[in-house]
Amino acid sequence: MALVTTTKGEMDESLLEKKEGVVDNDSEYTTWVEYWLDGELVHRSAHVQLKKAVVLSAEAASFN
Amino acid sequence: MCTSFMNELMTATHNFTTGTGNTFKAALYLTTATQNAATTAYSSTGEVSGTGYSAGGVTVTNGTSPLSTNTSSTAGTAYWTPSASITYTAVTLPTAFDAVLIYNSSASNKAVSVHTFGSQTITAGTFTLTMPANSTTTALLRLATT
Repeated sequence: MALVTTTKGEMDESLLEKKEGVVDNDSEYTTWVEYWLDGELVHRSAHVQLKKAVVLSAEAASFN
Repeated sequence: MCTSFMNELMTATHNFTTGTGNTFKAALYLTTATQNAATTAYSSTGEVSGTGYSAGGVTVTNGTSPLSTNTSSTAGTAYWTPSASITYTAVTLPTAFDAVLIYNSSASNKAVSVHTFGSQTITAGTFTLTMPANSTTTALLRLATT
């Protein structure tokens, strides 16, 4: 029996409707999971993996 | 990367050394907020709010000091990545958010970088930002000469 933390406390996963999704693009790889109870969203978690780092280009002038 | 951060690199404002360096934090911002290269410091304006979330966000785990590698006689890369995922546990963040600001809480909350992602909400759950591999080509922050 898997328990899920919800807005109504810990609930057995089998009592809930589960929805999952993935977003995969150039910027991120994201997964999310939702649990619904009688049409009400009672849990949503998301996991984002950033793909685009921030790059600072450094330069030094030359004298020639 | 926040423009002010680049300036502050030349004034020794930030110290990413593990253990003896500064403390860096990560705050989440609403889709309606303006967080970009012009951001100079942490502000609570536009920050998410909700159950389980403390203003200012969470502390970033810094288990690895910045590294650098020369790729040629004239070029190289210095880089740094938090050593663990940035995690907001047991939160409810009902208003859509899409950005995280990393800032230096040891130096007047000066901004380091802003990272955006697809709009999210969290309900009685966990929001996790997984860091890229800490390498010359993928690290979260990279300073490179070419």
